[in-house]
Amino acid sequence: MAIIDPGHAAKQLIYERVFRSATLAAAILVLLILGGVFVSLLRGSWPALSHFGFSFVTREIWNPVTDEYGALAPIYGTVVTSVIAMLIAVPAGFGIALFLTELCPPLLKRPIGVAVELLAAVPSIIFGIWGLFVLAPLLQRHVQPWLIEHVGHLPLVGPLFKGPPFGIGILTAGMVLAIMVLPFIAATMRDVFDTVPPMLKESGYGLGATTWEVMWNVVVPHSRVGIVGGIMLGLGRALGETMAVTFVIGNAHRISSSILAPGTTISSAIANEFTEAVGDLYTSSLIALGLLLFLITFTVIAAAQAMLRRLERRGFAVA
Amino acid sequence: MTRRTRRKVTNGVFLALSLIATMAGLACLAAILWTLLSNGIAGMSWHLFTQMTPPPGGQGGLLNALYGSAVMTLLGILIGSPIGLLAGTYLAEYGRDSRLSIAIRFINDVLLSAPSIIIGLFVYEIVVVRMGHFSAIAGALALAVLAIPVTLRTTEDMLNLVPLGMKDSSAALGAYPWRTTLSVLYPAARSGIVTGLLLAVARISGETAPLLFTALNNQFWSTDLNAPMANLPVVIFQFALSPYKDWQDLAWAGALIITVTILILSISARVLLALLQAERRS
Repeated sequence: MAIIDPGHAAKQLIYERVFRSATLAAAILVLLILGGVFVSLLRGSWPALSHFGFSFVTREIWNPVTDEYGALAPIYGTVVTSVIAMLIAVPAGFGIALFLTELCPPLLKRPIGVAVELLAAVPSIIFGIWGLFVLAPLLQRHVQPWLIEHVGHLPLVGPLFKGPPFGIGILTAGMVLAIMVLPFIAATMRDVFDTVPPMLKESGYGLGATTWEVMWNVVVPHSRVGIVGGIMLGLGRALGETMAVTFVIGNAHRISSSILAPGTTISSAIANEFTEAVGDLYTSSLIALGLLLFLITFTVIAAAQAMLRRLERRGFAVA
Repeated sequence: MTRRTRRKVTNGVFLALSLIATMAGLACLAAILWTLLSNGIAGMSWHLFTQMTPPPGGQGGLLNALYGSAVMTLLGILIGSPIGLLAGTYLAEYGRDSRLSIAIRFINDVLLSAPSIIIGLFVYEIVVVRMGHFSAIAGALALAVLAIPVTLRTTEDMLNLVPLGMKDSSAALGAYPWRTTLSVLYPAARSGIVTGLLLAVARISGETAPLLFTALNNQFWSTDLNAPMANLPVVIFQFALSPYKDWQDLAWAGALIITVTILILSISARVLLALLQAERRS
């Protein structure tokens, strides 16, 4: 006969409380980490922010000798490299997703999908040395001279492609970034396209639409939110990517009109200079750059997640 | 051109472009792997695993860097994954759709794609500045912070996959949720949780940016967790950017080792997951 032991039940209840509290504490720690990141960056950047005030984000000067720092050049570099990356990666990612959902023979669907995802697993430092030793010389010898000669004279876009072909620079960094964020964009878009009910697509085909017409007029409008979410997720990665950019950006604190010229980004400036920074104001300015990057990427990623979450309620798992 | 041909041509052009995009993406992966293999194989030798990183122009290997990377990755996982596991358990079993859980889930997804250099700065501020010097333990903590979101995410997903009937049966036997979680849910979700661990190891073992100003680097053999420690990614970073041929060769060899390791980890995680899904279906 089973006897209910009150001591046993009490012990069970204690274990239950301990376990529950432990899981709750771990969960809250996640919130604390994000809060801690913000607070510690704010504290670390306070000397620079209080010294320079708002002009920190509007000035181009970056001079460790006179101890004057402004974030405009890194902000400019971050934005321009990310824009170049998105201009390349968004259409390419869309193409890959289209290929995987509509064209690919079923037998190849998994291997190609996995290959694209493996590209996402390659560490960023590998993209960096590949960019520096393979892509940059290639661009310097074959692509940039052509751009300078043929596009450099055109009105409007001409000034973007002026100057000597360095190999490394803003354009090269943007291209490396494009390759890095491509798998994220392609995988998210593929998953979003897969959520489109087959019935909708079949209706399109039934009306005699071509594959492209079904894609552009049925699938894309249906998955608009998810597409934008995927693009923003890729943008968030591109903005914060550090090592790959550090290798190929050239680390020059100035704003050039040409995208062939070397530049700098927020993350590469921190990676390059942080351990060498002497003086509190220098270190603090670099941390202030980190704070800026945190705020920018947080906004972009949070917006992306919010958009993808709207889809998730329709039965879509965020990648 | 008739309307019909124009539509057909448009279709053909865009489908061809999509094929080209896919080929280009695959070509990039192939080009990177090819470069790594052709440059890295040359530097492969036993010296890599028996000697320390050399001064410029000297002979040497990567032993201290490999050791440091292994130690910090292991410590990072040991610290980070239990937190991720417990937090994931909270979301799946206790919190569910409470406002707190929704917030945590959201923040976790943000952390998952947050730039790792920011995490490096964070650990620099709270550990390195306090301690007054760079250390292996600071590096391990930075990696732990990066491992948490990965394990949290997979744990929650995998626990949600466990059939509800199993949980109900355990509860019907009078087991408290903690007992159900430990004795029923974790064993049932085992391979999924292991997948999460593999993915976390793959994620943090190639990270460079967060180690730059936490663990720094060390040219010599060191097992002191309280001192700067060599690690593969930072060594690759320094050696690849140096003008010395020997250093660059070592950087390529290191890059090959790190990439192969990470690709093997990612592929095993995927295989494990595929096996798991096959098991569920049967």
